[in-house]
Amino acid sequence: MTSTDLRILPRRAGATPAWPLVERNVVVYRRDWVIFVTGFLEPLLYLLSIGVGIEQLVGEFVLPDGRAVSYTEFVAPAMLAASAMNGALFDTTFGVFFKLRYQKVYDGVLATPLRPRDVAMGELAFALMRASLYAVAFVVVMAALGLVSSWWALLAAPAAVLIGFAFGGAGMALTTWMRSWQDFDFITLAILPMFLFSATFFPLERYPGAMQWVVQATPLYQGVVLCRGLSTGALGWDMCVAVAYLLALGSLGLVVASRRFGQLLLR
Amino acid sequence: MAPTATDRHGPPAAGRWRPLAGETLTPSGVPSATVAAVSGLTAATAGPEEPLVLARGLVKRFGDFEAVRGIDVEVRRGEAFGFLGPNGAGKTSTMRMIAAVSTVTGGTLRVLGMDPATDGPAIRGRLGVCPQDDTLDSELTVRENLLVYGRFFGLSRAECARRADELLGFVQLTDKVNARVEELSGGLKRRLTIARSLVNEPELLMLDEPTTGLDPQARHLVWDRLFRLKQRGTTLLLTTHYMDEAEQLCDRLVVIDDGVIVAEGSPATLIREHSTREVCELRFEVDDHEQVAAKVSDLAERVEVLPDRVLLYADNGEAVAQAVHERGLSPRGTLVRRSSLEDVFLRLTGRSLVE
Amino acid sequence: MAGDVTSRTTKRSPGRRPGGRQGRPPGPLLRQVDHWAVRWRRTWRGSAITNFALPVLYLLAMGVGLGSYVDDGGASRALGGVAYLDFLAPGLLATTVFQNAVGASTWPVMGAIKWDKTYHAMLATPLRVRDILLGTLAYIAARLALTAAVFLMVLVAFGVAASAWSVLALPAAVLVGMAHSTPIVAYAAWLDRETGFMLLYRLGVVPMFLFSGAFFPVAQLPDPLQWLAQLMPLYHGVELVRGLVLGAPEAWPDLVHVAYLVVWLIVGGWFADRLLARRLGGR
Ligand SMILES: Nc1ncnc2c1ncn2[C@@H]1O[C@H](COP(=O)(O)OP(=O)(O)OP(=O)(O)O)[C@@H](O)[C@H]1O
Ligand SMILES: [Mg+2]
Repeated sequence: MTSTDLRILPRRAGATPAWPLVERNVVVYRRDWVIFVTGFLEPLLYLLSIGVGIEQLVGEFVLPDGRAVSYTEFVAPAMLAASAMNGALFDTTFGVFFKLRYQKVYDGVLATPLRPRDVAMGELAFALMRASLYAVAFVVVMAALGLVSSWWALLAAPAAVLIGFAFGGAGMALTTWMRSWQDFDFITLAILPMFLFSATFFPLERYPGAMQWVVQATPLYQGVVLCRGLSTGALGWDMCVAVAYLLALGSLGLVVASRRFGQLLLR
Repeated sequence: MAPTATDRHGPPAAGRWRPLAGETLTPSGVPSATVAAVSGLTAATAGPEEPLVLARGLVKRFGDFEAVRGIDVEVRRGEAFGFLGPNGAGKTSTMRMIAAVSTVTGGTLRVLGMDPATDGPAIRGRLGVCPQDDTLDSELTVRENLLVYGRFFGLSRAECARRADELLGFVQLTDKVNARVEELSGGLKRRLTIARSLVNEPELLMLDEPTTGLDPQARHLVWDRLFRLKQRGTTLLLTTHYMDEAEQLCDRLVVIDDGVIVAEGSPATLIREHSTREVCELRFEVDDHEQVAAKVSDLAERVEVLPDRVLLYADNGEAVAQAVHERGLSPRGTLVRRSSLEDVFLRLTGRSLVE
Repeated sequence: MAGDVTSRTTKRSPGRRPGGRQGRPPGPLLRQVDHWAVRWRRTWRGSAITNFALPVLYLLAMGVGLGSYVDDGGASRALGGVAYLDFLAPGLLATTVFQNAVGASTWPVMGAIKWDKTYHAMLATPLRVRDILLGTLAYIAARLALTAAVFLMVLVAFGVAASAWSVLALPAAVLVGMAHSTPIVAYAAWLDRETGFMLLYRLGVVPMFLFSGAFFPVAQLPDPLQWLAQLMPLYHGVELVRGLVLGAPEAWPDLVHVAYLVVWLIVGGWFADRLLARRLGGR
C-alpha cells in the first residue's frame, strides 16, 4: 500500500484547492518513474551531440559583439529554453487533451468543490514542478561542462520555469479548442520554426532586417534571450522585457484556459 | 464473485426496516431525530427545514433545444426520490443542474439552501454524485481513485485512507484494491463509482441510473447498499428506467417525459391512480395484435396494444383471461399479474420501457 | 468507425474491386485498400503540410543558417569535401523518414490493438493476422514514400540533389524507414502500456537521430561510441541515402548497407508476425 501513499508531498490540502490535482498526477507518475527520470536525458543528448559533433565543425564561434565563445556555450542556454518549452507543452497539450476528451478526468474532478480554474492551475503547477526539476539538472550539467561563465546562471533554472509557464499556459488554452489528435499537427507546425529560428542555433543578427522583428516577436526568442543572458552573464534591459512578455503570455493562457474549461465542462 | 449473504436477501422492500448487519460506515452528520422521522412509504414531512432540493419552473436549453421545460421538484431530507423517464426525457440534464455542474437556463433552483450559480463549490462539497457514465480515473488503481477523490474534498490523507478502506468493504471491492480501473468489469466500475461518491459522506447522494448494465446479482447488491444508506439518513436522488428499481427504492418519484413532469407521487399512489389492480397479458401467433385487440376490447377497462402483446387492464385479471378463452381465442401465452409502475408509465407516456 | 469500414470492404461485390476480376475475390491485401484509404484521407492534409514544412525549415535553419558558420570554419574536409548543407540534407531525409516510420509503427498500432480495436474488427472477417500485418506495413510504406518524395523535391529545389541517381534515394529512404518499422511494430504488438513508447523514444529514437551521422560524421565520436553508432541501422541508412543523393551508387559499401537494412526488415517482420498473432490470439 505504500506505493499509493502521498507522503512525499507537503501537507497542503486546503491551502489551494488546486493542490489535490497535483497530487493526482504525482500518484500517476510515481508508477512511471522511469519516464520521469529519462526525461532528463533528452536535452542532455542534444547538448552532447552539439558538443561532440557540431562544435568541432564550427570551430571558433564569434558573436556579433566580437567575443569568441565555444559553439556549445552559445547553444546550451537555448537548449535549456527549448526543452522547458517542450516539456511544459507536452504535459499541457497532449496530457490535458487526453484527460479532457478521452479519460474524462475533469468531469469527475468538477463534481467536487474544485472549479475550472483550479483544474487549469493544478495541471500547470504540476507541469512546472516537473519542468523545474529538469531545469535544475540541466543547469548543473551546464556548469559541470564549463558552459556557464557567471553566477547569474543560477537564475537560469527559474527562468526556464518561467518559459514553461508561458508555453504551458498558452498551450493549455489552445488545447481546449482541439478536436482531434490531428489538430496537434498545428502545434508542431508552430513549435518547429520557433525551435529552429529563435536565435537557438545562430544569432539574431544573421537574419535580414524585417525577419529580425518577426523572430523577436516569438516567445521562445524571448526565453532564449533570458537564459543566454543569465548563463553568459551579459545582462541587458531586453531581459526585463522578456520576463514581462513571458509572464503576460502565461497568465493570459491560464485565464483563457480556465474560462474554456468552464464552458466545456459545466455546460 | 461469490454470492454473499446480502445478495441472498433479495432486494430490500421499500418501507421494510431491517437491522443493519455488518455496518461499517459512520453515519453522515444528520441528526438522528431526522432519521427517525423518516418511515415507511410516506416520506417525512420536512417540517420547518428547507427542502434539500427546491426547483421551480426549472428550464435547461442547449442552443434552441429545450431539454428541460419547466420542472417543479422538492426533495426532502431523508427521503429517496426518483426521476423516471424514457431516453432523452431530461433526467440527466436535471440531475446535472442540481449537482451544480450545469448552468440553469431558467426558473429557480436551490440546493441545500444555496444557489448553484454562485455557491457551486460549497454545494458540491456536500453532494455525492454517481454520474450516468462512470468518470473513474483510469490511470489510477481502485484504491487510489478513492484516495485522490477524497483529497479533492479537502480531506486529510489519513482520513481519505480510512474512508477508502471502509468504502471498499462497503461495496465489496476489497479483493480488487490494487487493480487498475481498466481491468474492472462494468458492474465493478459502477460499485467503485458509488463508493467514490460516498467518500465525502454526502448529505445528498445523486445517482444517475445506478444499476444500468448490471447483472441481477450486482443490482441487488447496489440496491441493498443504497437502502442501508437511506436508513442512515442519507437522502437519495436517483434516476432510472427500471420500474422495479423505482418501486424498491423510491419513497416518491416523478415521471418525466419530454422535459416535463407528467405524474408525481409514491409508487403505490401512482399505480392506484393511473392503473387498475390487475393486468392480463395476451400473446398471439399473429403479426398484428391490433386485430385481436378489437375482439376483446370490451372485456377490460382499458386496452394497450404493444408490438408483441395485448394488455387488458381490469380489477380481476383471471376473469378477463377466462372470458378471452370463452370467445374461442387461443393466445400462445396468457399472464395475469398485478399492475406495476410499468403500466403507469405506459399510460402516461404511451411508450413501453425495456426492462 | 473501424467496424464500419471493414464491413464495407468485405460486402462490396468482388467485380468492382480494383485489380479483382469478375467473379474472383480480391486478395487479402487488396481487400484492405478501402480501409487504409479512408485512414489516409482522414490524415493526409496534416501530414502533407508537415511533410513539406519540416524539410524546408530544417534545411533553412541548420543547412543554410548554421551551415554558413560550419563552412566558414573550414570543416569541408571532415565532411568529405562538401558544403554542410549538402552533407546534412540527405542525412535529414533518412532521419525524417525514420522518425515518421517510428511514429506510424507505435501509437497507431497499439491503438488498433487496444483502443479502437480496429485489428479485432478486421480479424472478424476472413482476413488473417498476417494479412493485417502486411496491410499495415504497406500503408506505412506508402506514407513514407510520400514523405520521401516531397523531401527529395525540396532537396532538388535547394540544389542538393543534382544527379539523376538521386531518384534511387526514394526507395532507399523507404527501406530505411521499413527496416525500423517492422521491429517497432513487433515491439508495439508485445507492449502492454504505451509508456514503453516513451522509453523507446528517449533511449532509442533520440540517440539514434542525433548520433547516426546525419548532423556530423560519426568518425568524430570516441571509439566505442563510434562502433555503437555503426551498429545502428540508421547509420547505414544515412550513409546509403547520402551516397545516392550526392553521387552515383557504388557496389561497395552500398550493398552492405542495403543488406544490413534488409536483415533488420526481415527479422523485425518475423517477430512482428509472431507477436501480433499472439497478441490478437489468432493466425
Ligand atoms: N450537451 C448537450 N447538448 C445538446 N443537447 C443535449 C446535451 N445534453 C443533452 N441533450 C439533449 O437533451 C435531451 C435530454 O437529455 P438527457 O441526457 O437529460 O436525457 P435522459 O433523460 O438522461 O436520457 P437517458 O435515459 O438516455 O439517459 C436529449 O434530447 C439530449 O439529446
Ligand atoms: Mg441520462
